[in-house]
Amino acid sequence: MIDKTVSSVADAVAGIHDGATVMIGGFGRAGQPVELINALIEQGASGLTIVNNNAGNGDVGLAALLAKGHVKKIICSFPRQSDSWVFDGLYREGKIELELVPQGNLAERIRAAGAGIGGFYSPTAVGTPLAEGKESRVFDGREYLLELPIKADFALVSGYRADRWGNIAYRETARNFGPIMATAAETTIVQVDEIVELGALDPEAIVTPGIFVNRVVAVGERRWLRNGEFVGGVNLEGEAL
Amino acid sequence: MSTGISREQLAARIAQDIPEGSYVNLGIGAPTLVADFLPQGREVILHTENGMLGMGPSPEPDRVDPDLINAGKQAVTALPGTAYFHHADSFAMMRGGHLDVCVLGAFQVAENGDLANWSTGGPGAIPAIGGAMDLAIGAKSVYVMTDLLTKNGESKLVTSCTYPLTGARCVARVYTDRAIFDVTPDGFAVTEIFGETTFADLLELTGLQLKDATQR
Repeated sequence: MIDKTVSSVADAVAGIHDGATVMIGGFGRAGQPVELINALIEQGASGLTIVNNNAGNGDVGLAALLAKGHVKKIICSFPRQSDSWVFDGLYREGKIELELVPQGNLAERIRAAGAGIGGFYSPTAVGTPLAEGKESRVFDGREYLLELPIKADFALVSGYRADRWGNIAYRETARNFGPIMATAAETTIVQVDEIVELGALDPEAIVTPGIFVNRVVAVGERRWLRNGEFVGGVNLEGEAL
Repeated sequence: MSTGISREQLAARIAQDIPEGSYVNLGIGAPTLVADFLPQGREVILHTENGMLGMGPSPEPDRVDPDLINAGKQAVTALPGTAYFHHADSFAMMRGGHLDVCVLGAFQVAENGDLANWSTGGPGAIPAIGGAMDLAIGAKSVYVMTDLLTKNGESKLVTSCTYPLTGARCVARVYTDRAIFDVTPDGFAVTEIFGETTFADLLELTGLQLKDATQR
């Protein structure tokens, strides 16, 4: 019997080694797998390269991982935000390496890795400082730059519901990078609110098929839902009003 | 009368130029205001690059849904007909030429349409690009919404950008608090002037050769 369910977030992040490249889903706080990140902090792996759209918000989740000094490099599109003080401090002190990638190239490089594409040409960033050192080609009169895939050892993703085969459904814009990161890592680990019986997920609503997923763990219903219904009563940080 | 118009008035002016049926991405910051001024009854579908078409206005405070945000990481709502999608699809919509209009902010726009809006290149500055480079080269029409002058009184319209580029030759039109400028093969053409500003003022403020294309 296939059962990708693990019983705790500690089991879910087991084996993430020092120096690993770890993709972490989320756009800002939406879809950030905070419980998995907390378990990773606890687990203690360091010297990590993190792939995320941002570089942490506030003092929780990815920001807390950075604050622990466990991250040597971050690959992202938009580190500077009103609440990115943890990253800002580390960057100014030279304690973290930054690879800045335009958001669409970041997404497509992740997608390419998961799809077995060796590289692709993108029109994004032509004529900008980010084009320096990149192979350029003209197709049909337009210039493009060679972009290479981004692979990871592990991906930490936040979904909404899963089954034991690892099929994943997402919620609203919390989907963001989850589906592509799930395809691009050696080991994909997904936290969800709830693990349901096989067959309970509508096959038409499964966004990440279980073939891309190695471990799933249930972390309980998010605070703004009750029995699957949106009830609100929280701020953007998910804290009760 | 003042020398120009307010940010809200400018947002309302831009909204007039967004055609019925178009797919539109409004950049972080001031461009987001354009959504509040889309004429009643005009059906325009807003795209947000974090994975949604059909974005609606912000919710009541007790109905904030942390899973439902825009690219500026603000709470939004979903209109009937909304679709969610992952990031690779979202940027395929831009890069693939499916998005009709985007409105972006700017540090500088050059008379050939070059856009600089992600970095002032200063030492110690933390750079951030987000989706700006993909939007700049992807949307069919790239509009810029900005004050004409910086806080120090320098023109944001320039002969060539001194800040690092976001995209080359990508801007079609610049909406400023003083006037609207179309990017043409011969440089900026002024199509509309606001408040008490005159064409002569614009020549002086920008130091550029401008074409007077106002209809008045």
